[in-house]
Amino acid sequence: MATLTQVERKDRAVPVRASSQLGYKLRQLSTNLGVTLLGVVVMLVFLMPLGYMLATAFKQDSQLTDSHAPLWPAAKSTYNYQGEDLPLYNVPTEDGMKQWALVKGYREDSDFIDPANPEKGVFNWVGRYRVLDPVYHFAPTWENFTMAWEQVAFGLLFRNTFIIAVISTIGTLISCILVAYGFARFKIPGKNILFIILISTIVLPPQATIIPLYVLFAKIGWTGTWLPLLVPAFFANAFDVFLLRQYFMSIPRELDEAAMLDGANPLRTLVSVIIPQAIPAITAVTLFHFFFAWNDYFAPLVFLVGREDLYPISVGIGKFVGTFSIYPGRAMATAVLTLILPALLFFFAQRQFMRGVVVTGVEK
Amino acid sequence: MRAADLLSARGAPRRRQAPMGRIRTRWGWFFLSPWLIGFVAFQALPIVATIFLSFTDYSATKEFAPGNFNMVGLDNYGRLFSDPQLLQSLGVTIKFALIAVPIGLVIPLSFALLVNSKHLMAPNVFRTLYFLPTVIPIVAGVMVFQGVLNAQSGWINLMLEAIGLEGPRWLSDPQWAVPALNLLGLWGVGNAMLILLASLQGVPTELYDASTIDGANGVQRFRYITLPMISPVIFYNVTLGIIGAFQYFVAAMLIGGRNGDPQGATLFYNLHFYRQAFVFNDMGYASVLALLLFVIVMILTTIMFYFGQRSVYYAGGDL
Repeated sequence: MATLTQVERKDRAVPVRASSQLGYKLRQLSTNLGVTLLGVVVMLVFLMPLGYMLATAFKQDSQLTDSHAPLWPAAKSTYNYQGEDLPLYNVPTEDGMKQWALVKGYREDSDFIDPANPEKGVFNWVGRYRVLDPVYHFAPTWENFTMAWEQVAFGLLFRNTFIIAVISTIGTLISCILVAYGFARFKIPGKNILFIILISTIVLPPQATIIPLYVLFAKIGWTGTWLPLLVPAFFANAFDVFLLRQYFMSIPRELDEAAMLDGANPLRTLVSVIIPQAIPAITAVTLFHFFFAWNDYFAPLVFLVGREDLYPISVGIGKFVGTFSIYPGRAMATAVLTLILPALLFFFAQRQFMRGVVVTGVEK
Repeated sequence: MRAADLLSARGAPRRRQAPMGRIRTRWGWFFLSPWLIGFVAFQALPIVATIFLSFTDYSATKEFAPGNFNMVGLDNYGRLFSDPQLLQSLGVTIKFALIAVPIGLVIPLSFALLVNSKHLMAPNVFRTLYFLPTVIPIVAGVMVFQGVLNAQSGWINLMLEAIGLEGPRWLSDPQWAVPALNLLGLWGVGNAMLILLASLQGVPTELYDASTIDGANGVQRFRYITLPMISPVIFYNVTLGIIGAFQYFVAAMLIGGRNGDPQGATLFYNLHFYRQAFVFNDMGYASVLALLLFVIVMILTTIMFYFGQRSVYYAGGDL
């Protein structure tokens, strides 16, 4: 039966519809290709600095001042002739461009040897060899990375950043989940006003509070320790509470009511019902905070003053920004080492992260 | 006995009801307590303390104790009018904001429209890669842009050269240092893009279908449906952009150092504040600067809200 109707349909419909359907599909395809191409071009421009970073990190700094050199990491090619490394040049000839090795250069003419035909021996070419383009080959160097690793105490900085990031992320998660749950599910007198106060602290400039906090932390001996960076994380922050609350509100109430009827108290309900349902939002908050800890500059700069052994990567690398600006290779190698961990983390958690942010982002 | 029985019998249902509600309310307070304590300890009380310090001449070189500082009345406030660096730093900040706020809306909105397009193949790849620079630590971003913006070997000037333009000396030219920081700021549009993308996906498709039947073209659909529907998020982004400009610090500090090089061209408001407080240890005047920033941000937020109330469309009726 099925095949019959299909045949019938084909017989009747195809001649009439095929052309218009094909045209529609072609138009659709060309629009798709056009939009995707636009996306690729925009992306190439947008991510161009990353290309510069990777190319420069593997280059020797001498290549940057060489105006003939290509953009990718390269070294001048040579040809070994009778135990000597001779530089190769692109020489324009009647038979097109030839790669010849320079034996001896003069002002208006030069002696070359053709690596493709060494039996021919050394021959003379009339023209200025100085204006010829040298031949380059792909030659990445790890030198910048070893030098950056030696000069910057990366091991220590990674360790410090990691400890600070993990502890403060745990604090942020525990406190923000509790507070978001309170705002999402409980009837509390004055809750709306409290929520408005919470949200308005997003625009509170940290400068308005940092001086008394600095004075206080200095007085109780917390400056020069990690405590000013870690302890406040355990007291929730508006941004993450808001994100989590939005997500919690999208979880059906029936789920926690069922758990309550089974005798679970609110804390148990939170742990066994709400949290498993909110993994995307929790992933998003975890990553946001982890990236924040990786980035935080102002607080460590102020509170860790003088304790370089406690610096996280942001402040620790910061002092090399100026000195490394004259060694682009080393600077880019440092940048690669600094961003590689957050970038990898983002790639691995990318799907959960996007879902968490996009779902919770729908807010008014 | 009987009376007691009666009492308990009458009271029981009410008592069982009321404590349940009260217990839940108590749980609620328990859950809110981390934020309530943190808000009082790390935000509310410190602001009051900042106001107090603004009337003193306390210097952070001495321990904070009575006798180590004097009450100086409104002296610190008077200094606002004779501080040439205050005007300069406000100028730098406003110059930055005038570029940063518009492009901080247009670029992420364009990106969001692009990655939301049903014509885009492999949209997740694009979303991920457009977001990628946002997770790059600022120090790394600063180093990369110092290289890319290098007047001789940087790729931006090489690209400008390729199309016949002479690129400026970016970070070492006082005229171009702030626009160079604006360029660096473009790498952080990922969050705004995602929020806008979410709001674009929240626009009901029926609206587009209906308008297509009515013969609206793409531009009209964007102007009369998309824009009004996502206007709350646009307004939210613009507000955060303005506030962000007044708190701009890290990249400026890393590139221009404490003095806002070149020639004070990157002396942002926040850098001025940092110098007064933590370089010159002048906590009294720095407190005044902090409070001024607080007032500026409050005024701007209020204006934005007033403006937002009038021009923003909320699909769900009231806020």
